[in-house]
Amino acid sequence: MNTLEIQGLRLRLPRTARPVLDGVDLTVAARETVALVGESGSGKTLTSRTVLSLLPPGAVTEGTVRVAGDDVLTMTPDQLRRLRSGTAAMVFQDPRASINPLRRVGDFLTEGLRLGAGVAKAEATARAAEMLASVGLTSAALRQYPGQLSGGMLQRVMIAAALMGDPALILADEPTTALDVTTQAEVVALLGDLRERFGTGLLFVTHDLGLAAAISDRVYVMYAGRIAETGPAEALFARPRHPYTAALLASTPRLDAARGRLAAIDGQPPDLHEELTGCPFAPRCRHATDVCRETAPQQLPVPGEPAHLVSCHHSDQLEDRHQFEGSTADE
Amino acid sequence: MSDPKAHERTGRDAPGRPVLEVTGLHRAYGTVRAVDDVSFSLAAGASLGIVGESGSGKTTTARIIVGLERADSGRVRINGRDRTGHRRGRNERLARAKDVQMVFQDPFLSLDPRISVATALREPLALHFPGRDHAARVAELLDQVGLGRRLAESLPRQLSGGQRQRVAIARALAVEPAVLVLDEAVAALDVSVQAQILNLLADIREQTGVGYLFITHDLGVVACVTDEVVVMREGRIVEAGPTTRVLAAPQHPYTRLLLESVPRPGWNPHHIAATRRAL
Repeated sequence: MNTLEIQGLRLRLPRTARPVLDGVDLTVAARETVALVGESGSGKTLTSRTVLSLLPPGAVTEGTVRVAGDDVLTMTPDQLRRLRSGTAAMVFQDPRASINPLRRVGDFLTEGLRLGAGVAKAEATARAAEMLASVGLTSAALRQYPGQLSGGMLQRVMIAAALMGDPALILADEPTTALDVTTQAEVVALLGDLRERFGTGLLFVTHDLGLAAAISDRVYVMYAGRIAETGPAEALFARPRHPYTAALLASTPRLDAARGRLAAIDGQPPDLHEELTGCPFAPRCRHATDVCRETAPQQLPVPGEPAHLVSCHHSDQLEDRHQFEGSTADE
Repeated sequence: MSDPKAHERTGRDAPGRPVLEVTGLHRAYGTVRAVDDVSFSLAAGASLGIVGESGSGKTTTARIIVGLERADSGRVRINGRDRTGHRRGRNERLARAKDVQMVFQDPFLSLDPRISVATALREPLALHFPGRDHAARVAELLDQVGLGRRLAESLPRQLSGGQRQRVAIARALAVEPAVLVLDEAVAALDVSVQAQILNLLADIREQTGVGYLFITHDLGVVACVTDEVVVMREGRIVEAGPTTRVLAAPQHPYTRLLLESVPRPGWNPHHIAATRRAL
C-alpha cells in the first residue's frame, strides 16, 4: 500500500473557467522521496494542501486522495484532526510565518499531542526533547522563543514538530526556499536521515529543478493543474520527454552552462479564467501542431521506460535532448 | 531596439574606466561588523556580482552605494565623484539618483499600488528632466523592457510578477543611470520568467552601456550574467576575480562550499553540512 495515493484529483474553484487541478495522479511509497515541481500557479501547493484537506473556500473536488489507505476527501472533522496531528504532517516554506513568535518552542512542539491526543505534559515534553535531538538541536531550545533561533534552526524545529505525531507522510512545501544554500543542504540531509530512520514517505514540493534532481527518487512536473511528465529523477532530467520539462531545464541558469542568453520560455502559463482545450502548454510550445490545440494528450509511458510517463503528442520528437532547440543553452 | 539614442548613450563612458569605485567600506551595527573593509570597482558597462549568504553584508554594501545606508568609513566614488557623504540638498540627491539606481527583489512591494505604469515612469522623468515631453520617452522605456504600450495605463495589481519587475527596471533606467544595482532582482521570479528578465538585462546592457552590480545568492545567476564576482562572508570579501575563474577554480574554502552547495544530481548534502560545520 502506498503512503499517499492520489487518483484522478480534480479541483474546481468558484468563478474560474477551468479546474485548478485537472486529473492529478500521484503516489508516494513508504521511505520514498517524491518531488513535485512546477512554477507559480501550476497547482503544486494546492495538491499538497489537498492531502491534508486544507482547501480554499468553495473548492469542489473529484477523485480520491488516500493517506495510508483512507480517503481524505470523505473524512469527518474528527478523522481530519487525527490525520493532521498524526498520519500526515506539513513543513511550510517560511518557518517564521508558521510559528507563534510569542510562545516558547516547547509549547509549540507539544500542543498538538496535548490538545489533540490528550497526552500528559511531561510525556509530550519528553517526546519533544527526543524529536529536537533527532533534528540536531538540544532540549535547551524548548525554553527558547522563535526570535532567538536562526532560520535554519527554526526550520529544524518545524521538522521536529512534524515528527511529533509519528507521521507516515511528510509534506514539505518549499521547505528550504527561504534558507541559505549551505543551510538548505543541512535541512535536506536531515530530511534524508529521518526517512531512513522513521520510514516516512516525503512529498517535496519545489520550484527548483536542480534540487528536485538532487534529492528525489521520482519527480512529477506539473503545468496548469496537470501532470506533464513523471518518472525516475535521473531519467527525467537526463532525457526529458515533455517540451515543458526540457524548456524548464534549459531556462535554469546553471554553473556549467556557457555564458550568454538563456533559452527563456516565451509567454505565460494559462489564466484560470480561460477555458483550456487541448494541451495547456501548446501556446508556448515549439513543437505544437493542430492536434495539440484540439485534443488534450493522454499520459503514456515512454517506450522502454514503464515508470516514465509523459502527456505530450510529440514526445517522440524529444528523444535526444540535444535535438531540442530549447536546450541550446546547456550545450 | 533600433533606437539611435541608445548608441549615443553607449558612447557616454569609455569602456574599462571604473564607473563605480568602492574603497575600504566599513559599517558596524553595535558589535556586528556588517561591512568590514570592502573594496571593489566596476568598469563602465561591466557587470559585477556580489554573492553571499544572509548576514554576509552584500545588501548593506548595496544600500550604502545607493545612499539608503551610511558607511562608518570608506569611500564610494561614482563617475569619479565622491558619493560617500550624507546628501542634504535636493540637487545632491537628484545627482546621486542619476548616477545609480536600484531594482529590488520583490516587485509586489516596490511599486505603488495606486499608480499606473506610465505615471510610475513619468515621475522620475519629471523630477530629472523638467519641462520636456515625456510621452515619447515613456513609450521608448516600455519598448526597451518588452512591455506593450497598452499596459501603460495598468495598475501594478493587473500585472504579473515578471511584468512588474520589467516596470521596476524601466523606472530605474528612466534617468539613464551609470550603474544599476540589482538586489536579488530575479530571485522571486519563476525560472521561465527569470530567464526572460536575465535576457532582457543582457540586452539592455548591450544597448545602453549601463553597468550592473548584481547582488545575489544564486551562483547560477552569477555564472550567467556577470563578468567579475566578489564573494562575501560575514562582512568581508573572501574572494574576488573574473567570474569564470572564480567558478572554475575557487581559491577560498568558503567559495568552494558555496559551489558545492548548489543542488545537482549526485549531490551529497551530508558532506556539505559537515564541511560547513568545519569551516
